[in-house]
Amino acid sequence: MSAEQGEPYIKIVNVTKNFGEFTALRDISLEIFDKEFVCFLGPSGCGKTTLLRAIAGLDIQSSGQIFQKGRDISALPPAERDFGIVFQSYALFPNMTVRRNVAYGLENQGVPGKQIEQQVTELLQLVGLPEQEDKFPAQLSGGQQQRVALARALATKPGLLLLDEPLSALDAKVRTHLRHEIKELQHKIGITTIMVTHDQEEALTMADRIVVMNQGVIEQVGTPSEIYSEPASPFVADFIGTTNFIKGKLATRQSVQIGNIAIQVDNPSASLVTGSEVLLCIRPEDILTGERAIDVANQVESVIDRVEFLGSFHRVHMLPLAGDGTELMIDVSVARAREIDLTIGSSLKVALPAMHMNVYPSDN
Amino acid sequence: MTEVAITPMQRIKPKISKDDVVMRLSMAAIALYLIVAIALPLYALLSKSFQNNHGDFVGFANYITYLTTPALSWSIGNSFKVTLLATVIVLFIAFIYAYALTRSCMPGKSLFKGIALIPILMPSLLPAISLVFFFGQQGIIKSWLLGAELYGPVGIVMGEVFYVFPHVMTILLIGMSLSDARLYEASEVLGASKIKTFFSVTLPSLRYGLVSAFFVAFTLVITDFGVPKVVGGQYNVLATDVYKQVVGRNDFQMGAVVSMALLLPAVFAFVADRLVQRKQVALLSARAVPYQPKPDRIFDMIMLAFCSLIAFIILSILGMAIFSSLVTFWPYNLTLTTKHYNFDLMDGGGWASYFNSIQLATWTAIFGTIVVFFGAYLVEKSRGFKSGRTAMQALCMVPMAVPGLVLGLSYVFFFNHPDNPLGFLYHTMPILVICTITHFYTVSHLSAVTALKQMDPEFEAVSQSLKAPFYKTFWRVTVPVCVPAILDISMYLFVNAMTTVSAVVFLYSTDTSLASVAVLNMDDAGDQSPAAAMGMMIVSTAAIVRLAHMILTRGLKRRTQAWRNR
Ligand SMILES: Nc1ncnc2c1ncn2[C@@H]1O[C@H](COP(=O)(O)OP(=O)(O)OP(=O)(O)O)[C@@H](O)[C@H]1O
Ligand SMILES: [Mg+2]
Repeated sequence: MSAEQGEPYIKIVNVTKNFGEFTALRDISLEIFDKEFVCFLGPSGCGKTTLLRAIAGLDIQSSGQIFQKGRDISALPPAERDFGIVFQSYALFPNMTVRRNVAYGLENQGVPGKQIEQQVTELLQLVGLPEQEDKFPAQLSGGQQQRVALARALATKPGLLLLDEPLSALDAKVRTHLRHEIKELQHKIGITTIMVTHDQEEALTMADRIVVMNQGVIEQVGTPSEIYSEPASPFVADFIGTTNFIKGKLATRQSVQIGNIAIQVDNPSASLVTGSEVLLCIRPEDILTGERAIDVANQVESVIDRVEFLGSFHRVHMLPLAGDGTELMIDVSVARAREIDLTIGSSLKVALPAMHMNVYPSDN
Repeated sequence: MTEVAITPMQRIKPKISKDDVVMRLSMAAIALYLIVAIALPLYALLSKSFQNNHGDFVGFANYITYLTTPALSWSIGNSFKVTLLATVIVLFIAFIYAYALTRSCMPGKSLFKGIALIPILMPSLLPAISLVFFFGQQGIIKSWLLGAELYGPVGIVMGEVFYVFPHVMTILLIGMSLSDARLYEASEVLGASKIKTFFSVTLPSLRYGLVSAFFVAFTLVITDFGVPKVVGGQYNVLATDVYKQVVGRNDFQMGAVVSMALLLPAVFAFVADRLVQRKQVALLSARAVPYQPKPDRIFDMIMLAFCSLIAFIILSILGMAIFSSLVTFWPYNLTLTTKHYNFDLMDGGGWASYFNSIQLATWTAIFGTIVVFFGAYLVEKSRGFKSGRTAMQALCMVPMAVPGLVLGLSYVFFFNHPDNPLGFLYHTMPILVICTITHFYTVSHLSAVTALKQMDPEFEAVSQSLKAPFYKTFWRVTVPVCVPAILDISMYLFVNAMTTVSAVVFLYSTDTSLASVAVLNMDDAGDQSPAAAMGMMIVSTAAIVRLAHMILTRGLKRRTQAWRNR
């Protein structure tokens, strides 16, 4: 899907957005390819919606440019751009039936009445809402309203679909179901889609590529597995999934000193100077225990402080490896837990595989 | 690939679409209307107060004359005295009344609420005429004043209390129904007595409502003209002074100066009230649980007695107005007759003035609602042009601070100026309509804004993405959703256009004489009964419109409940 060949469908160049003194977007550059499903992911207030609205032309950026299919749309009003949008609130017109809501955009294009009726019926079929045409939005459930909003956004056959937290107003069960449906629909009609979300699970399951944002800048762009396994910064590592942060000092190019333990690492970033303070990151599920730990480098040992049972695995909290360092979390599958001793207070030997470890400068 | 040389900090200038052009032109049109209808006339008034009667600039000379002539400046003190007295009394009565409606379990609450609103339907001249029939030279219960004279401060205070009661009561009622039940429960749990709870919970939680009610009452009383005109006697107040200077002595410069003296306290009260209300909004953001009173026999009986007394007074003032319009020749021949309704036999414009009033109220309701609602929409929902919108919002608030007499007089100066190309409007129905719309602009604007704020802010964005021009979505979505508010606004404008005297008293002509002005003139000529009869025509028309509004709103709510109820 994310075949990065040819001309990008959307190209964002050095986009900055100021609200008075406050800078909501700082020098954002990004390329999105045809038929791609991209998620903007980040904590509240990081500028996801602002970037989406800039792409839509609803709140035009202060500086920088945006291209769609090579056309410079930076200064164009929304009506001259090509997109459909779904908001978190859906913003369905309450006084119009489902049919009239979906038809609204088509009417503005001057499509003849008969054809509108036919297209609306097809669209409602497509989003899985047949036979609800004559109801008002208030008579539908949240999930159904969401589909109507989607049908309305797709009615004019736009080249780009923008979704601002489309699922966050729904309860968990409906949300999981709709995630799948939206993704399938996007695949079926092959529309380039940008979705804003602050839910990492949503981004990981739906996106071809994820754009992780923080305080108005892009922290990382990549496929879900890239983002998960090679986070570009401690922020990304922390924001997505769970990570152990271990403070240390870069002793040589291949090793980090934690207290009196030396840990082997794979090619840390060239910008790191030997002797500097660093953060070692490793995910709890990447830490090896039991017999799998044997013969792996970076064996460490610590005392089990407490154990949480989280369904399919146990999360073991160990006392810090050295001095005032942070405690270490290790995820142990239920099967493996039968083989090793997880009694609180007992000592456990684990291995930190170098290939799963990332080293970051520790200044932030 | 479209690679353009990019200078990194190049500011993007959004392209103006056709939709934007239409939007901005509409906004400019409304802004122009407001400038012509309020800003320029006020400027004309202000400059007039610095001129002599030849139109030369004389600096503060008029003001100095005003302040150093005791016969003139006397009315400042008078105005403040009666206003403060009436305000304190009405606050006290309205507080207990509203307290009874929210905190007791007395029967007949909605009836009492309805009765309290009756004065809104009357031009303030009418209760004053009733007072004359009660306490005047030949009043039936004149002795109840214990020898005091009705004409003067006593009459003014009584009339004003009646006139502003519904406004003050409504503000306090809203304040009380918003206050948080949890505080009362807490206080009860802590074993506090009813009286202690009152002083430690009720009063503090109501301080903003009380302050707001105080300023509203103060402004209404000090700017009211009808009551002191009828029962003021020789006791001059600012409002009657403006009228006397202009109509009695033709001294327009001094009229302008007194207007400024009247404008200042009104502006001050307005600003103070705004500041207080801003604070109150912040206070209310936390979700409050509405209070449910528990029955308490003795307390409920006391409250019922109090409200019955007040309701009885209101009804008897209304009743006296009806009676005096029907009595043959007070107090000598008390047989009933409808001859006073033969307005065509009287001075004051006859039945024509009643139909003029209907016309004025209809046009005011129609055009006023259109201008106000569309203007509020542009201020609230349009995009870009932020400074323009802020300026417009400020302009929309100005009319509230301008007393009707001051507005009317400023229209005289502005539209009657020989160089004004709009001068052809002078002495016509349109100028009365414009002046009345402007006079009641702010309250209507605020209710429109409240309704618009409750709409999803993304409707406009969605409509842009669907390439619909803003006016289409305005017409197809905003207006239908806001119909209840639109009906409220037009009803408010209609009723007020029927009852207002002050805004139009300088502007009517023989062709456009109005019912409320006819009440004033017939009373002036000593024809109290015909004046009361015309007043009753106004009251019944206003009442019918209110009733029609209620039925219409109810029917509409029923018809649209499929999509209105969430
Ligand atoms: N119109 C505005 N005026 C001033 N500041 C704004 C405006 N719109 C957004 N901001 C600020 O810009 C920042 C980014 O806002 P944005 O709405 O893009 O956040 P977000 O990432 O979508 O967050 P959320 O997950 O809460 O929706 C926030 O700090 C916000 O306060
Ligand atoms: Mg957002």
